[in-house]
Amino acid sequence: MRLAADRIHYAYRPGTEVLRDVSLAVDERRTLFVLGANGSGKTTLLDCLSGVRTPQSGRVTVDGIRLTDLSARDRARRIGVVPQSHEPVFSYTVGQAVLMGRAPHLGLFERPGREDRCAVARALDAVGVTGLQDRPYTGISGGERQLVLIARGLAQGAGCLLMDEPAAHLDPHHQHAVFNVVRQLADDGFSFVVTSHHPNNALLYADDVVFLVDGASLIRGAPATAITEESLHAAYAMEFEIVRSVDGTRAILPRVRHRPGAVGGRSASGPDYGKS
Amino acid sequence: MSEPHRRTAWILVLAPPILFLTALLIGRYGVRPDEAFRALFGLDGVSGVLRSLILRVRLPRAFAAACIGANLAVCGTAFQGLFRNPLVDSRILGVSSGAAFGASLALLFSAGAAAVQGSAFAFALVAVGLVTLVGWRFGASTLVIVIGGILVSALFNALLGLIKYVADPLSKLPAITYWLLGGLSGSRWSVLPPLLIVTGLGFAFFVLVRWRLNLLTLSDAEATALGVRIRPLRSVVILVGTVMVAASVAVGGMIGWIGLVVPHVARAWVGPDHKALIPAAAAIGAATLLILDTIARTALPSEIPLGILTGLIGVPAFFLLLLRFLRARGEAR
Repeated sequence: MRLAADRIHYAYRPGTEVLRDVSLAVDERRTLFVLGANGSGKTTLLDCLSGVRTPQSGRVTVDGIRLTDLSARDRARRIGVVPQSHEPVFSYTVGQAVLMGRAPHLGLFERPGREDRCAVARALDAVGVTGLQDRPYTGISGGERQLVLIARGLAQGAGCLLMDEPAAHLDPHHQHAVFNVVRQLADDGFSFVVTSHHPNNALLYADDVVFLVDGASLIRGAPATAITEESLHAAYAMEFEIVRSVDGTRAILPRVRHRPGAVGGRSASGPDYGKS
Repeated sequence: MSEPHRRTAWILVLAPPILFLTALLIGRYGVRPDEAFRALFGLDGVSGVLRSLILRVRLPRAFAAACIGANLAVCGTAFQGLFRNPLVDSRILGVSSGAAFGASLALLFSAGAAAVQGSAFAFALVAVGLVTLVGWRFGASTLVIVIGGILVSALFNALLGLIKYVADPLSKLPAITYWLLGGLSGSRWSVLPPLLIVTGLGFAFFVLVRWRLNLLTLSDAEATALGVRIRPLRSVVILVGTVMVAASVAVGGMIGWIGLVVPHVARAWVGPDHKALIPAAAAIGAATLLILDTIARTALPSEIPLGILTGLIGVPAFFLLLLRFLRARGEAR
């Protein structure tokens, strides 16, 4: 499933555009990371891609069909949203929470049946959390919750999943667990758009990268070419250094003045409180 | 269905009809089951007075108790979900305040029972109409609707105070006060048709959409992303719910706590999935009010106003639930 934004503009109030002339596309089997500083418009972009908001100009298309030409149900059967994990008020079980993903397949007066429960079981299996089905959604870990929300998107029947900061609040182990599932699903044919505050995760898991800078999609491309010290500086207004490990994996280090342990660093031998 | 679930389902299905029939037997004049059976099915062997007592006094009253209990509980459940707030009850949108003003206004002019009921119903809808207007004007977010409900309630409470202030303290004020305390002593067949029709249609609506109510507990953006057109659905649920509450309050007066406590009891029993929760809340609400009304009319030589009884029982019940909730979270001993 190909999801594309073509020169979209979005403003919450006239005169203050949050998104300016943003273009991007993600094809099936691809994972696109959207990087950018706080307030650069990542979440607004995701809302436009999911159809929750409609851009004032430009077009968002899924397999060539404009989102505005689709009914809400048809749109939800193509594009799923994986929100940042949230604490729900009522303690639904994981199975009940994922079952809500079947909403676009059910009429107003319909209730989920055998087919829907099978879709839920398949979705939980695909992200590897079948054992959580009867656990309360409020009682599982943040990483598990992200996986459950991905499962809800799968139960929806969506071919393209939009993830808002899936790594937020997760330790490295759980971040890796979530992105591993994302990569597997991408290999199975799904497409992903992921917003992230961690450019290192883009190096590790992305097929394509877009930098949003002040609401414009300035730099696009494969992580190897798009993520450079210059593009990081443009996006975050600070200096970075890209280092290589022995096996060639690249990693991004921010250049900070006081780096403990760095050769020649001031604090190599512990803090200096001005001993003179 | 697993064994404990099946047992719960049987209890919830059987309790309301059993309590309904029990309510026909208990009273200052005790009735034997066979006498009640004969009276209900028009068989010989019961006196005219007894037949009249069963058919014209206790039967409509039991219907009123069951309907009002179910209505308040179902609407409280739906509203708690819709506003994503477990402290909301069925009166949140100013329905009760509007109804109280309407009834008092009619009582001020010494109107008959039907006029009091009609006025209460009409002003309940006026109150909700005002809230909806505020909601529409300012974007219909749940927060705006809640604030609108608080404002409209305050307005009608002030108007109610005005009526009490000018009402004749010897004749009219007691009637107003008594109505405000709530009770089903006025439930005759003549005033029941609106309540029965509204209950039937409203309950059918909630039974049909009950699974979708789960989706209303999500944030607007999340529900939209799931392909749900959340605002129309929310508006219809609010409309149907408030009409049910208005019809109930118009007959029974201010009966508090059912709409707040019963949803919690139901949720603790069958879980938060509205597919099971709505029928469970209806059953528990109907059963609760049948029990409370039977106590109200039999415990003391004169009738205890129902609003007092629901408060006396509802407050401790809510306290126990709160304690249980905090214990489950490890925040209380």
